[in-house]
Amino acid sequence: MVENRPLLNILAHVVLILGVAIVAFPIYVAFIASTHGPTDFLSGLIPLGPGHNIVPTYKTMLTNGMASAGMPPLWLQMGNSLIMALSISIGKIAISIISAFAIVYFRFPGRSVAFWLIFVTLMMPVEVRILPTYKVVADLGMLNTYAGLTIPLIASATATFLFRQVFLTIPDELMEAARIDGAGPMKFFWDILLPMSRNNIAALFVILFIYGWNQYLWPLVVTTDTSHYTIVMGIKRMADVTDAQPQWNYIMATAILAMLPPVLVVIFMQKLFVKGLIETEK
Amino acid sequence: MKRTLFRQRALAYLLIAPQLAVTAIFFLWPTGQAIVQSFQQEDAFGLHTSWVGLANYRALFSDPTYIQALGVTVVFTVAVTLSALVVALLLALAVDRLVRSATVYTTLLVWPYAVAPAVVGVLWWFLFNPTIGPLPYVLEQMGYQWDHSLHGTDAMILVVIAAAWPQVSYNFLFFVAGLQSIPASMREAAAIDGAGPAKRFFTITLPLLSPTTFFLAVVNLVYAMFNTFPVIHATTQGGPAGATDILVFKVYQDGFVALNLGSSAAQSVVLLVIVIALTAIQFGWMERRVQY
Repeated sequence: MVENRPLLNILAHVVLILGVAIVAFPIYVAFIASTHGPTDFLSGLIPLGPGHNIVPTYKTMLTNGMASAGMPPLWLQMGNSLIMALSISIGKIAISIISAFAIVYFRFPGRSVAFWLIFVTLMMPVEVRILPTYKVVADLGMLNTYAGLTIPLIASATATFLFRQVFLTIPDELMEAARIDGAGPMKFFWDILLPMSRNNIAALFVILFIYGWNQYLWPLVVTTDTSHYTIVMGIKRMADVTDAQPQWNYIMATAILAMLPPVLVVIFMQKLFVKGLIETEK
Repeated sequence: MKRTLFRQRALAYLLIAPQLAVTAIFFLWPTGQAIVQSFQQEDAFGLHTSWVGLANYRALFSDPTYIQALGVTVVFTVAVTLSALVVALLLALAVDRLVRSATVYTTLLVWPYAVAPAVVGVLWWFLFNPTIGPLPYVLEQMGYQWDHSLHGTDAMILVVIAAAWPQVSYNFLFFVAGLQSIPASMREAAAIDGAGPAKRFFTITLPLLSPTTFFLAVVNLVYAMFNTFPVIHATTQGGPAGATDILVFKVYQDGFVALNLGSSAAQSVVLLVIVIALTAIQFGWMERRVQY
């Protein structure tokens, strides 16, 4: 701070409190709505104080889901989301770290071609080529499978570049020393590279977990079977019931449960989250 | 570049194979398919395809709904980017002033980034619900009849707010980092010379923040153009009357719902060109930054 201006400090607090309020308001209303019974919304306005129906609402959603909307129980959908988030984050990290290892530490024909092939995927977000990608997955018989949900998303130019960057900063002497001591490439990878990139892996994992959990379009097109629904896409199917007034208490309970895991990850691993965010955008 | 390299070729290929396989099967092949299909037309029964040259593109750019979607996308993208940047900068400046409470505020402001865009959409859809939502109630007291299922502008405001909301957290973090990297001595020198806070902001802070701002602008444009599909799909579905029909939503809608392969493929290619341009700008800027 350059000089002490109490008025500006107060203004800063006001701006921030307002910001926090805007950020928290939708979540507060969603949570309040999820604590009410289904009839509480008929009176005209969302109640702004907590209701008494919190236990039945969450219990119904977690164990039964909403049969009328074709919604399987939420524990199952959260399980699917967890499988998806973990497979995507671990898969991306695994295949990216070994390809970065190959690109940085090996001499082989086609190395720069491989590097460029990985690079151009940055310019092909799945939203842009959704129909032909769906066709490939359908032709391979991967619709309604966990493989179909995850494998098409695990190529990652960003992660490969991140690990390449990390490896480039590791001193050459380490590799030379390892070679003199008779260590082969894989031993060097396991005993030196992997431990040295532990922090980067953790930071990347936090970012990718959120990315995987929050996927929407891809599960929407590759899952038609309710047993493979993820919670983030399931919430939409629930709000879609056109012939009836949406059951807001159930929908909002689903919204709260859908955001809880990634939000908790960010709050409890804030340092890693910030590190990951900044590293992946370099 | 490393001084010495391993020479086990077979192992190198084995290591890079999984990444390349996924890239080839699920990225390059479908993209190639989209490009090829954009020059083809399928007959009504899907039995026969023929080459039609640029007919799909001509049809696309003479289709009023596509022209409308282009305009909607521009308005939406610019509105999301601007509002997310301005709000985030304001919050970052406030946090930068405060020493003791900065970390608490930061924690309270970053977590929306973790909320899925689809969930964010549903939340604001609920808050703006014309019959039971609290926000239309407040607006009604002020004499405004909010109804996003009838009024295009209302629908646009709704999706812009929903799309910008999680992005504010992201921009905020980068602005805070950017502000911290501005040497305090510069602002102190200006203060000694008698420049007030407003003058210091416009003559020192804002110019020195411009690399961060530019980087964030590109990232936000990419986000608003390509990652906001869930926001639209979970709320307005492009309506009313195409008022929120952005390009990534249209390419999905025309492909999966209307099953218009040729048009959808041509739309994919147009989007591809936009991504390539934005990526080029982003990397061009990074190259420049490295030289500083």
